[in-house]
Formats: sequence, structure tokens, C-alpha cells
Amino acid sequence: MEISKLSIGAIRAGLAAKEFSAVEVAAAANRFAAAENSKTNGYLTLSAEEANAAAALVDEKLARGEDAGLLAGVPVGVKDVLSTKGIRTTCGSRLLEHYVPPYDATAVAKLKAQGALILGKANCDEFAMGSSNENSAFGPVRNPVALDRVPGGSSGGSAAVVAQGTAVVSLGSDTGGSIRQPASFCGVVGVTPTYGRVSRYGLVAFASSLDHVGPFARNVEDAAILLEAIAGRDDLDSTSAFAPVPRYSEEMQKPVRGMRIGIPKEYFAGLESETGAKIEAGLEEFKKLGCTVEEVSLPHTEYAISCYYIICTAEASSNLARYDGVRYTKRAEGDGLSGMYAATRGEYFGAECKRRIMLGTYVLSHGYYDAYYLKAQRVRKLIAQDFAKAFERVDALVAPVSPFPAFKIGEKLADPMQMYLSDIYTITGDLAGIPCMSVPCGTTAEGLPVGMQILTKHFAETDMFRLAWNFERATS
Amino acid sequence: MEFSKDKVREVAKLANLRLTEDEVAKLAVEMSGVLTHMEQLSALDTTHVEPMAQVLYPAAETAALRHDTVRAETVLGTTEALANSALSGSGHFKVPRVIER
Repeated sequence: MEISKLSIGAIRAGLAAKEFSAVEVAAAANRFAAAENSKTNGYLTLSAEEANAAAALVDEKLARGEDAGLLAGVPVGVKDVLSTKGIRTTCGSRLLEHYVPPYDATAVAKLKAQGALILGKANCDEFAMGSSNENSAFGPVRNPVALDRVPGGSSGGSAAVVAQGTAVVSLGSDTGGSIRQPASFCGVVGVTPTYGRVSRYGLVAFASSLDHVGPFARNVEDAAILLEAIAGRDDLDSTSAFAPVPRYSEEMQKPVRGMRIGIPKEYFAGLESETGAKIEAGLEEFKKLGCTVEEVSLPHTEYAISCYYIICTAEASSNLARYDGVRYTKRAEGDGLSGMYAATRGEYFGAECKRRIMLGTYVLSHGYYDAYYLKAQRVRKLIAQDFAKAFERVDALVAPVSPFPAFKIGEKLADPMQMYLSDIYTITGDLAGIPCMSVPCGTTAEGLPVGMQILTKHFAETDMFRLAWNFERATS
Repeated sequence: MEFSKDKVREVAKLANLRLTEDEVAKLAVEMSGVLTHMEQLSALDTTHVEPMAQVLYPAAETAALRHDTVRAETVLGTTEALANSALSGSGHFKVPRVIER
């Protein structure tokens, strides 16, 4: 058993053939994560005891001949914005440094119910706000592919632990590209499902109309299996969707001949040439597989960054109002009740959170609501309509994930607007609420991974996985 | 667009956020930059566009409603509910005095 290279399929086969037990997988995974984590800072908290206990349960079930679940014995990393009962959940913030949730997020409960071994909590930008993981209060994550570079963000730790092999799969969250961009930077698969496909109960809220929970994996099949395990209606999240969950990992295994792929022309304008060449080469693969490729237009793309940063900061400023020095462990002294609120928030929020709280408070403030938030919601509709029109002609869109590969730690910190602009190709999918994913598409001359984005219409995850699975088979 | 330091202080007050003078100066510049970029939206005519208040999914409008009953699995006891409090006592969250006697 080579712990850093295991797939879900290999674990299933190994357990079935009694080559190893789940307890042995847990022990090896815990040991490897503890030894390797300091290289990347991918985990903020390791939960070896919980992983061992879960593994013992899996072995007991298997010994009794019972079904131990879709993820039996699979070591999983969980982004530290998903609540884990009894395991501290920091959201990458000093404010929640000692916060221990009294309940599990639904996605986490589903992992456990399917026999997963939760190895630890993955580092991330503070409250999932960032594109480089440099906004974590507990230090940046280093990209396992090139340790002087960022892993992307905000789910940088979730991408890094999978790329590094200190988890087989992991959970992340995506509000404006926070799963796909780190997946592309670290050379792994990252999936943002349809809005509502996965329950957000227990996901610490950032921007509620945009937040998604989704999987990271080293191959498309593992990502599909993980999504099967966590998707579905949840009465504890009224925005979760009722649509039945297909067996993605089986239904995706069909040829793609005849599928129609659209290339959004607006997504190829500001691209670095090497990234562009990789995506072009990827499109040639799809043509070889029998897909048709045609240019489409998403004319409102240029407005997406403004639209997104109005909506997400507005919603964030509301969601983060709960951190007031009363319920969540940290308090700073101030004059009276409101002085204590302001002192606590001023003391413990990092710079990016403060910036977004300020922007959000401003755009929601009296006299500005119509000009900013309401306007952005109307523009969001236009962006969603662009996609709907494109999907009348094509089955899927293929595009870059990021205009460039992983950049150096510190390189883009000085100008927040430049950092925001780097999210241009990913935030549109979140605004429309459609499923989208990043699949590895080669590396640059320097050896940096490039991710290709596949987007489909609402609840068409099976088509998305089908394209990604066939592409992966053709190129690896 | 201009964003003055006074405006930063005013918004910080609304947001219950204490800022240092350095932070105020930096935010004035940064907010001006971001809000200037956002001004591009005003060029777009959205008079006849409905705001997208939420991402819709195919279900009846009332599908997410439930009976107003207690769900035992989500109920926290006092000890659990207070476990993460900054300060508690006698089964309550403690906050600075609000009403003067």
C-alpha cells in the first residue's frame, strides 16, 4: 500500500481482498500526514484519533459482512470552514482559533456515514476569502508542486493535501472559484456542483447565495464518488435541491462522441500564452474523441468581477456580523457592549475580512442599496442568461480556470484589485449556480499544472464528469 | 471614485469594526480602487432585468417548508450551547452591562 497514491477504487479492492485493513490505512495515512504536513502547512488540525476510531468501525462492519459505505476506509481532508463535531474549526481565522463545533456539517456527517476516515482540517483563506491561501491567520499553504508558490485559494489546503498525498480526497468550498482555482494550481480534480446540490448545513457561511461544498480528488472517478456520497436533499438546508442524485461514477463512463462543446470567446482574451496553448491542446483531444467544438459568446463576462464582489461582500458583511465577542470564544475589551463588539472584530479579523466587511457594509448602507446590491443582482441575472443561451446550442463549455498558473507566495498581495481580477473565469459559474470543475490539462515548461474548466447546465453533473473522465483517459 | 478617511470611519462604525489609523488610511485607498472598478456596472442598462435574488432549483415554491416542530437532533443543551462562549455564567452568555441602574 503506497498511501500517497491510493485511490478510492484501490482502497475498496484492497479491503475486499484483505490486503490491508481500514485500521492499517488509517495508521499509514495518519503517520504520513503527520510527517509531511510541515512541508505545505496543508492541515491546520490533525484528527488521528477520530480517523482511527472510524477505521475500526469500518473493519468491524466488513468483518460482519456488512456494507461499510461508498468511502469505507478512505482518508479524507476537510476544509476548515466545515463544522466537525469535537474537532476545532478555525475558518483560518484567529477569531475561531479555539472554536469547537457542537455538531457536524451535513457533508461531514455524510462522509462519516459512508465510512470515510477524517484525517484533519485543511488550511484555507480566512473565512474562505482569498485566491491564494495567503489570508490564513495560521500561515500560507505552500503548493506541493512548487513549494515557493501558492496553492490557490481559498480551499488551498484541501487541494494541497490531495496533491501531496496526505489525503486521498478532500472537501472544499467554492464561492468564487475557491475549489477550481486551487485544483488547477495543484494539478488535481476539483468540482463545484450545482448550487444546492450539496447541503451547506454546518458550512460556515461566507456569501449564502454563492456558497457551494464540493470535492477534490486525484482522478475524476474519485471526485464523482465523493460527490455521490455528499449530494442530496437535506431538511437542515432549505436551499438544498430535491433532485435525485445520479450514480455519477457509473453514468459518466460513456463515450462523448457527438457531444457539443462551446468555447466562450471572452475567456481567452487575457490569458497567458502557455495556459492558452494547453487549453487549445485539450480542445483538440475532445475533437479527436468525436466532440464538436464551436465558439459561443458570454457577453456580460466583463461585468462579472464587479457583480461578484458587490454580492459576496454584501452577504459576507451580514454573515460575519455574528462574530461579536459573545458566542465564539474570542473577546476583546472595549467601552460598553458596542465597544466590545468593535474591539473584538477589530482585533481578530484579518485584513481581507475587514476589507470585505467594509465594502459589503458600504454597498448595503442607506442610499446605496439600489446602486450596488440591487444593480449587481440584475447583472447577475444577465450573466446567468448568457449561460442559459449558450446551453441552448451546446452541451458543455470548456474554458481555462485561471489566466495563469500558480504564482509565487507574496507576488500578488500588494493590490487587492489585481487579486480579485484573477478570479474572472471561475466566478461566473458561481454567479449562475451551474456545475463546473477543473481537470488537469498538462503542465507549463516550468512544470506548473494547468487546469481546464468544464461547465454544464444546472444538475448536468453527469455530462460534466463524462467529458472530464473521457478527457482524463485520453490524456493520461 | 473618492473614498475619504471620514467615510471609512463612518462605515466602520456601521460595521462595528474598530480600525487603527493605518487601517483607515489603507482602506480609503483600497475601497476607492475597488469601488471605481465597480462603477462600470452603471453603464449597463438593466431597467427591464429582474434581480436574481436566488439561484432557483426545480421544485415547488413551498417544497422547502416544514412543520414547525422541534427537531431533537439539532437541539443543543445549555452546556453545549455555552461551550464556545467568550464568557458565561449561571447558564447564560455574559456581556458588558447594557442598562445602567
